[in-house]
Amino acid sequence: MSTAPAAPKKTNRIGLEVLPYRGGKTTLCAGCGHNSITERLIEAYYEMGVEPWRVAKMSGIGCSSKTPAYFLSQSHGFNAVHGRAPAVATGALLGNHTLQCVVISGDGDTASIGIGQFMHMLRRNVPLTYIIENNGVYGLTKGQFSATADVGSKLKTGIVNEMHPIDCCLMGIELGATLVARSFSGDKRQLSAILKAAIAHNGLSVIDVISPCVTFNDHVGSTKSYAWMKDHEEPLHEVDFVPGFSEIEVEFEEGESRVVQLHDGSRVLLHKLEHDYDPTNRFHAVEVLHEATRRQEVLTGIIYLDNKRANFTETLDMVDVPLATLPMERVRPTKQVLEQIIEEFR
Amino acid sequence: MHASPVAPSMSAERSGSLPGEQRVVNDFSIQVGTVNGSGSQTANNVLMRSIFQMGVPVSGKNLFPSNIAGLPTWFTIRASKQGYIGRKKEIDFLVAMNPETAREDVMNLAPGTAAVYDAPLNLNELRDDIHFYPVPFDKLVAPVCPEAKLRKLVRNMIYDGVVAHLLGIDLEEMRKALYKQFGEKKKKAAELNWGAVLAGREYAEKNLVKTDPYWVEPMDKTAGKLILDGNTAAALGCVFAGVTVLTWYPITPSSSLAEALISYLGRFRHDEETKKATYAVVQAEDELASIGMAIGAGWAGARSMTCTSGPGISLMSEFIGLAYFAEIPVVVVDVQRVGPSTGLPTRTMQGDILSNAVLSHGDTHHPVLFPSSPEECFTMAQDAFDLAEQFQTPVFLNMDLDLGMNNWMSDPFPYPEKPLVRGKVLDAAALEKLGGFARYKDVDGDAIPYRTLPGTNHPAAAYFTRGTGHNERAGYSEREDDWIHNMDRLNRKFENMRTQAPGPDVHYMEGARVGLVCCGTSRYAVRESRDQLSRERGMNPSWLRLRAYPFSKELEEFIDRHERVYVVDQNRDAQLLMLMRMEMTPERIAKLRSVRYYGGLPLDARTVTDEIVRQEGL
Repeated sequence: MSTAPAAPKKTNRIGLEVLPYRGGKTTLCAGCGHNSITERLIEAYYEMGVEPWRVAKMSGIGCSSKTPAYFLSQSHGFNAVHGRAPAVATGALLGNHTLQCVVISGDGDTASIGIGQFMHMLRRNVPLTYIIENNGVYGLTKGQFSATADVGSKLKTGIVNEMHPIDCCLMGIELGATLVARSFSGDKRQLSAILKAAIAHNGLSVIDVISPCVTFNDHVGSTKSYAWMKDHEEPLHEVDFVPGFSEIEVEFEEGESRVVQLHDGSRVLLHKLEHDYDPTNRFHAVEVLHEATRRQEVLTGIIYLDNKRANFTETLDMVDVPLATLPMERVRPTKQVLEQIIEEFR
Repeated sequence: MHASPVAPSMSAERSGSLPGEQRVVNDFSIQVGTVNGSGSQTANNVLMRSIFQMGVPVSGKNLFPSNIAGLPTWFTIRASKQGYIGRKKEIDFLVAMNPETAREDVMNLAPGTAAVYDAPLNLNELRDDIHFYPVPFDKLVAPVCPEAKLRKLVRNMIYDGVVAHLLGIDLEEMRKALYKQFGEKKKKAAELNWGAVLAGREYAEKNLVKTDPYWVEPMDKTAGKLILDGNTAAALGCVFAGVTVLTWYPITPSSSLAEALISYLGRFRHDEETKKATYAVVQAEDELASIGMAIGAGWAGARSMTCTSGPGISLMSEFIGLAYFAEIPVVVVDVQRVGPSTGLPTRTMQGDILSNAVLSHGDTHHPVLFPSSPEECFTMAQDAFDLAEQFQTPVFLNMDLDLGMNNWMSDPFPYPEKPLVRGKVLDAAALEKLGGFARYKDVDGDAIPYRTLPGTNHPAAAYFTRGTGHNERAGYSEREDDWIHNMDRLNRKFENMRTQAPGPDVHYMEGARVGLVCCGTSRYAVRESRDQLSRERGMNPSWLRLRAYPFSKELEEFIDRHERVYVVDQNRDAQLLMLMRMEMTPERIAKLRSVRYYGGLPLDARTVTDEIVRQEGL
């Protein structure tokens, strides 16, 4: 597959070439939106200078879930059970909270079979990046509707969806995710900036990326096609990301942009388009999403951002080193402790 | 044999049993019928502990409904000088406190049983072949408990005093047991309840004439022993196994295991300097999530576990197949209850022996450990973690409600002397030396591959974990040879567990032609039944208690050395027998007979004996 635009021998801030950020050859269809997302991920991790060995790539089952094999070849990956990547990822972070975790899922994984786990991951604000490669259909089983399909959307077979779609961004905002964004696999600039913000964010980032399925859902009548997105994408703002390690002075005009500082010193810049938008206002975030749906627009950008709430592993107050690496002396109490306990049962 | 209240003047002289009847000492069962939520658990535990403190072997079994308050509940205490601590089918001494069940309880008694009852129930009108002891509980509780709303709870302590007097239980031991039960922080409550015990005793002393033959006399058979439930013991085993991650979902009868574990972790597993936790506990949203998290944590290198019961096991099926196939260590404690479906959630059954052993679709099998006592809950919880990490696979600790939630006498637990077995994990230094590794390659000829943990700082550390077909290098593969090669290695790995898992407990008897085989809590009924068959029928059978699946050679030898082997199961479908049949030769299978009980109560010896006698045509 074609990957990052980096030239050979060029290295990032930790001295690595782009190669370890790449993965195996994609087996998805040519033109699949998911491949574009994979490319943006490779760029984002490379440019952020993330150490590949710190990353854990998790997924469920489906076309989207195959993609962790296509990036970060020097990171551990786990392609688990359909819809259950949130639990596995949460468990991995319990075992080692220093891991930098990314979950790649699809709309079947997230909005149907795994919706329970998705919702509880949101409640917990598990510190990871959760990407939904959303194409409105089940690809691997040949094109059935998923639960994110819009009302009136038509399958190739002519079947029209009559049921209300599940909006994963609305759920994210409602249930406790601390960075909620929507993007489009074809919007390179915006998606890159959002992914970097998610990597820097100290909490759960949910990124719903409309990612057209060229084989089963890219025809006239689909609301998840390239053509539909071209006509209906409505960016909330222009997103820029300035990493904490960058020494570039950020210049912007007062009243034209908003700056949100993240935990690690990185800054998210949101440049005003038609209206000023405050992503820290949860009620407003819900309102603009509903409003966009009413107008048949696909609102993209960083819809909600809370940089203050403690994440799940922080609330567990674990020791600093990963639980997985604790030696026996730190996990097996002494003989005196056992004798003390036994005395309580005499 | 009808004993009615007698005038106080006659009370000073405590009468013995009826003339001609033999005294029965330290060999009887007491059943207390109460209403759920009436605080009777405290009274029952105090009664049981008092007998235990007098040196008499005891066991206590709580037969409770799936309900918080209001439905009938029974508590059975067995005192046995021979040390039989299984359930005794026959009731020798009844305390009938629940108006709803009292009449039926009395009608079911064998002639000659003793019955203490709440006087207004007039149970003495029902039969004339029972030793009746009426006690006006409401009249007695009012003066000792001025606060009316507490009377419901304190009322039950009165029967402790009555029974103590009738059975000759040392009152000082009862006082100690009561104050221990309430603990240092509840001195006032203890005093109030002790007042009720004394009131009961005083009433009995002045008003009741003992006519039944049952007595408790001091022995020396419980010195140094403990009383605790199996869930607490298993939780302690997990603590000393160095568990670092517990993810669970509440379900009877395993919840108290998780709660005990959380309490011990909170007390003993915080860093001395920073006070931070050396563990993580998550109450998950369901069992799909609890096993998923435990597997994720095991993958990351934690000593991780979940605990559940049958319905949870059903939900975990898909994930367990993944952990088996992707070779991820995780411990699943299954405290079995009665199924299928919601079944009898507060009753006991060995219902998941088969499902533990072969859970999930496709070709799977898993090691299963069968603890039978609190001490084994403690040691086998540790074995389970060691086996899981050594063999990189899910391990089941197969308990049941009887073991998990009832009170058992136990020897003190030995402090684990062996270091933790963490299995074949390559760190960055080892990878540097080796230059790389193949995740699913059998390097050492024991079928156990090497693994690395996420977060290992080495370019060769990473591999891709998947539930899909894979080759030795963990790459995706649909090739026939890769698939077969891998499945055969998994099978060899399982075969190697036969000698590593805890071996059976075997008791050969001189000249025995018949053998008995069981696992878990069937142990107590089988041992007692063996003695009954020996004493009453001259059979003298041998017996073998399985402690783990896969089975070891000793089981085959045992079958070979007997003409007939009765396999005792606490389920309808003879699950332990079925598991044996799956791997036995036709010659051995031909020797196997089945004894099954599936009524939801802890197995008793008489049921086993009767069935063997029937099948033997004796």
